[in-house]
Amino acid sequence: MTGTPPSEQAAPPHVVLTGVSKHYGGVTALDNVDFSCDLGSIHAVLGENGAGKSTLIKIMAGVVQPDEGSMTLAGKPQAFRHPAAANAAGIVCIFQELSLVPDLSVADNICIADPPRRFGLIDSRAQRRHAEEMLARIGCEDVNPLTRVRDLALSRRQMVEIAKAISKDPTVLILDEATSALTAADVDRVFEILRRLRDSGISILTISHRMHEIDAVADTCSVFRNGRHIETFKQGGRSEKEIVQMMIGREISAHFPPKPPPKVGEPLLEVRSLGWENRLKEIDLLIGRGEIVGLGGLDGQGQKELLIGLFGVLKGMRGEVRVDGKSVSLTSPNAAKKAGIDMALIPEDRKTEGLMLPMSIADNLTIASLEQFSRGPLVDPAALDKAVEDGIDRMQIKIGSSGDAVSTLSGGNQQKVVIAKWLMTEPRIILLNDPTRGIDVGTKQEIYLLLRALAEEGAGILFYSTDYEELIGCCDRVAVMYDGRVVSELEGEAITEENIISSALNLAEAAQ
Amino acid sequence: MDTIAPKPDTATRPPLLRISQENQPILVAAGFILVILAVGTAYTLSTQGSATLLSPTYLLQQLQVGSFLGIVAAGMMLVILLGHIDLSVPWTIAAAAMMATAVGGPAAIPVGLAVGLTVGLVNGMGVAYLRIPSMIFTLGVNAVMRGLMVAHTGGFAPQTAATDLMQWLAVAKIFGIPVALLVWATVSIGMVVLLNRTSVGKYIYAIGNKEAAAYLAGVPTRGIIVLAFGLCGMAAGLAGTLLAGYSTKAYQGMGDAYLLPAIAAVVIGGTHILGGRGRYLGTLIGVILIVLLNSVLSIMQMPEAGRQVIYGSVIILMLLVYGRGTKITQ
Amino acid sequence: MKGRGTMGDLGIRLTHNAGLLTAISVFIVFYVFYNMNHPRGFSTAVLIQNSNEVYTLAMVAMAQTVPVLLGGLDLSVGAIMTLVNCLASHLLNGSPLQMFFGIVVCMAAGAACGFLNGCVVVFGRIQPIIATLATGAIFVGLALFLRPTPGGNVDGDLSWAATNDLFEIAATYGFADDGEAAWFKPIAWIPVPLLLLVFVALFVWIPFARSVTGRTVYAIGSGEGAAYMSGLNIERAKIAAFTLGGFFAGLGGLYLALQTSSGNADIPQAGAYTLNSIAAVVIGGTSLLGGVGSAIGSIFGALVLRTISFNFRIFEIDPLMQPLFEGVVLLVAVSLGALRVLRVKNTLELFR
Repeated sequence: MTGTPPSEQAAPPHVVLTGVSKHYGGVTALDNVDFSCDLGSIHAVLGENGAGKSTLIKIMAGVVQPDEGSMTLAGKPQAFRHPAAANAAGIVCIFQELSLVPDLSVADNICIADPPRRFGLIDSRAQRRHAEEMLARIGCEDVNPLTRVRDLALSRRQMVEIAKAISKDPTVLILDEATSALTAADVDRVFEILRRLRDSGISILTISHRMHEIDAVADTCSVFRNGRHIETFKQGGRSEKEIVQMMIGREISAHFPPKPPPKVGEPLLEVRSLGWENRLKEIDLLIGRGEIVGLGGLDGQGQKELLIGLFGVLKGMRGEVRVDGKSVSLTSPNAAKKAGIDMALIPEDRKTEGLMLPMSIADNLTIASLEQFSRGPLVDPAALDKAVEDGIDRMQIKIGSSGDAVSTLSGGNQQKVVIAKWLMTEPRIILLNDPTRGIDVGTKQEIYLLLRALAEEGAGILFYSTDYEELIGCCDRVAVMYDGRVVSELEGEAITEENIISSALNLAEAAQ
Repeated sequence: MDTIAPKPDTATRPPLLRISQENQPILVAAGFILVILAVGTAYTLSTQGSATLLSPTYLLQQLQVGSFLGIVAAGMMLVILLGHIDLSVPWTIAAAAMMATAVGGPAAIPVGLAVGLTVGLVNGMGVAYLRIPSMIFTLGVNAVMRGLMVAHTGGFAPQTAATDLMQWLAVAKIFGIPVALLVWATVSIGMVVLLNRTSVGKYIYAIGNKEAAAYLAGVPTRGIIVLAFGLCGMAAGLAGTLLAGYSTKAYQGMGDAYLLPAIAAVVIGGTHILGGRGRYLGTLIGVILIVLLNSVLSIMQMPEAGRQVIYGSVIILMLLVYGRGTKITQ
Repeated sequence: MKGRGTMGDLGIRLTHNAGLLTAISVFIVFYVFYNMNHPRGFSTAVLIQNSNEVYTLAMVAMAQTVPVLLGGLDLSVGAIMTLVNCLASHLLNGSPLQMFFGIVVCMAAGAACGFLNGCVVVFGRIQPIIATLATGAIFVGLALFLRPTPGGNVDGDLSWAATNDLFEIAATYGFADDGEAAWFKPIAWIPVPLLLLVFVALFVWIPFARSVTGRTVYAIGSGEGAAYMSGLNIERAKIAAFTLGGFFAGLGGLYLALQTSSGNADIPQAGAYTLNSIAAVVIGGTSLLGGVGSAIGSIFGALVLRTISFNFRIFEIDPLMQPLFEGVVLLVAVSLGALRVLRVKNTLELFR
């Protein structure tokens, strides 16, 4: 199944995983996976969110240990207990979050773990020489090792990260979505470096969502789906269409409420050529009363910025936002929730943005709507208690007592608290940022039903999800974003997984 | 210190013994008060043959002196709940006292309060809008206030005297109860209502817990921060005005002795130094603890040196007990 | 951004040390201005007096720098200085051996106070600010035990030698022909405190900054998560940072005893030194967020603060205005540092 490296025809695979499984609680992240990769080759791993790619590399890098299965490196069995052990064996991983210290120089960062020393003190000249050598190895001679990492462009930081990784002399280099934050030109540079490293005999494993990038660099591709290794093929062995098919290929597991026939609702929220920094570009969007509009695309294409921007969190936005046909100025969440706009945002991370974890369920439920329960300066405790009870009933939140800390609830119930909190403000425009991430199927279903019910009561909903199934099952319309733009709007029958994925990967543009 | 028995790993405890994490410091501090009273009484019994500490007159007198600290601590608690701190309290107290006595007449008390409020609002603006760490900004404001007052008074105790009303509030008694104590009680009731019965109180806790979540819930976070600092400054102003009435005049450095005890009282009472958690009852008990500790130390004729050491040690000890616990359970 | 790639080493070094260089330039301008307006012009006597007035604050400012680089703040530096000052007023007399022993004990005491701070912060997991507020009270209390009233007995010769120029050292202890030797002439004018300052900077601070522990201190202040991910020993570096801070503060207290020939457990003075140390650190280009700056910058920050008051003296500005001025300088310095807030476009980033 594995591709053969261009240079060493008969060499056995360098890393071999056999029968590897990993479970998190009841969730199976990897299911009896066999996988291997070779020296002197770039191996791409493809898959949707939650396909098991990250777990695979975490096992190889010693971050997590498999429940079953074994691994060999250069023919010898290995079981890494922690990342340092993997590093010592020659497997070095570059994760999505950079591990560079921003205020230290490039040279300091490259040598941070074990700097060259003289008389016990760091020998800055030797350190600089070493850093220059590493940078030269990846063809980045133009980065001055004295520069602070903070002063480097994101793409250069990524290269310094690679230099730091190879200064550990790896035989296997793993990149986890290392190009997701980079522009096309920078991606080309990173690829150039990867090819050089491959030619020097290193085995490179890369995870990316961007199909055309994989086309450009990979020698071998493996597709994962639902924790299973579906297929491994050599570069060019499969068409894009076939690959997309392999990535989807599963049955719809959730049940969605029926969609009403398409109707032309009155416009509720209109967004006109909205822009912010270089993250949002010329976005036009219309949400009608009673409509659920989905927001799709790969992670980090501006969806989060669009949602929090509409909610008044971003300063210096360009363009215009209209509610009920009237231009509104969204300066803060406090302004966005006020009468006349009546907006609500279910934020991305409920632990840091949605909830005050140590506070009680009741306090969390009422924090956004306290003014409604106030008489003069005082809060009416009876009205508050009733509202809390109603909120818990409406969302069917399973709790012991409303005085318990919200941190004691399960993830699904916590998310229900966040939603119930906003329902108390009786919002007309509801923005949701991936509200079903990391919660159980039952709660997901309740959320789908609720959204449809809210829409039928006349609310307008903008729903960002990383799960394409949800977008298909729930939304009347889906806007797909790429690189800060809405690249396509799908409606009715056109909302298919295939269409969403091809828009998300921006295949149309890449083909040009 | 064997009174600090309940460890915070409440999950493994049988339900009967489970004490909510919020109330545990209050119980510990209350227990410590009993220890102080017992030790002090044992001392007076052995040296003077009388239980001075336990006489109601003596206790009321101590609490009267303690009410100034109590008012300062109430204000301080608001900013600590936000996860901030106000180090400008010493010279806010002195400035309010000096301005109140300088103006005199019926305007004296309003001027004292207004000075405190103004300083507090400036602190709040620096923290909420410029987002300068409150520790540093209020330290700078304290220096500026000191500079202004030194320039204003020429570095000497001002000759102006406190008005009769100020003196009455600070030293008079109604039915044997000191008026200052009643002022403190009024402030305390205001605090309890503010923290438990108003949206502002809930917002303060929310910001102290997770400012980002509070902001995204549409809480006007900046306004609340400015308001809390304003109230803290006003409390210091009130304390300064009363203190001037108590000693009939204002003097240099009159607020210096209130900063550390006020922070200590709040922290000892179980308010988390990083904000978000704590009950006013705890602060009340913390103030009483410090006041009684002070009384006992002065009965024992403990020099200033010993007091400083004991204050510092008590804060660290209490923080070690609560601080570690909360970190583990988080 | 792109232009940076082609910038030479010199350019990069200049940009990195912009804060330090600004502080140095401001100091030079103020100091030249001071000397030009001094009624008697520049003289070594003035230089000696100035260095004496600077040394203690410079040490306390260096002491403050180390915790600030970690991203914390040490409110006990003034208290440690006061404690060592009182200790020194008891120990700096007797036979030369006794005095030497006394100096060593004083230096160790400062470091021990800092070590205690570090342990409370690391093992007690208490915020540095509140921990040092409390330990500061303890240190001041101990100082009051040692010196309930100002006073003390410091060896006159030692005090004289330490607070004058090199000539006086030679004359006092009778070497280099009592300071008259020809080879000694060119350096005889150098004030001792200035020499001590350079010595501490070169042989204590620089080696620390270039050690792995020192590098770790910078890394923690810049991004504790990244430092951890890179496998650095975070706890050891934190304790070392506070210990070094205590050591510097102790040196300040030691010198204060030599300069004033006495010990004084003055609580307001301790507070003023702590406040001024923060101001000096900020003026010296060290970020209060941690990770950027150096103790050398803080020395110049202290020099700037002191030179301002020298100028106050020359122009006979009311000394009563001095506290106000110090406060305003601190507020302006921190507010300038806060201007970055205006550039943040995503409000959520402010909460991190």
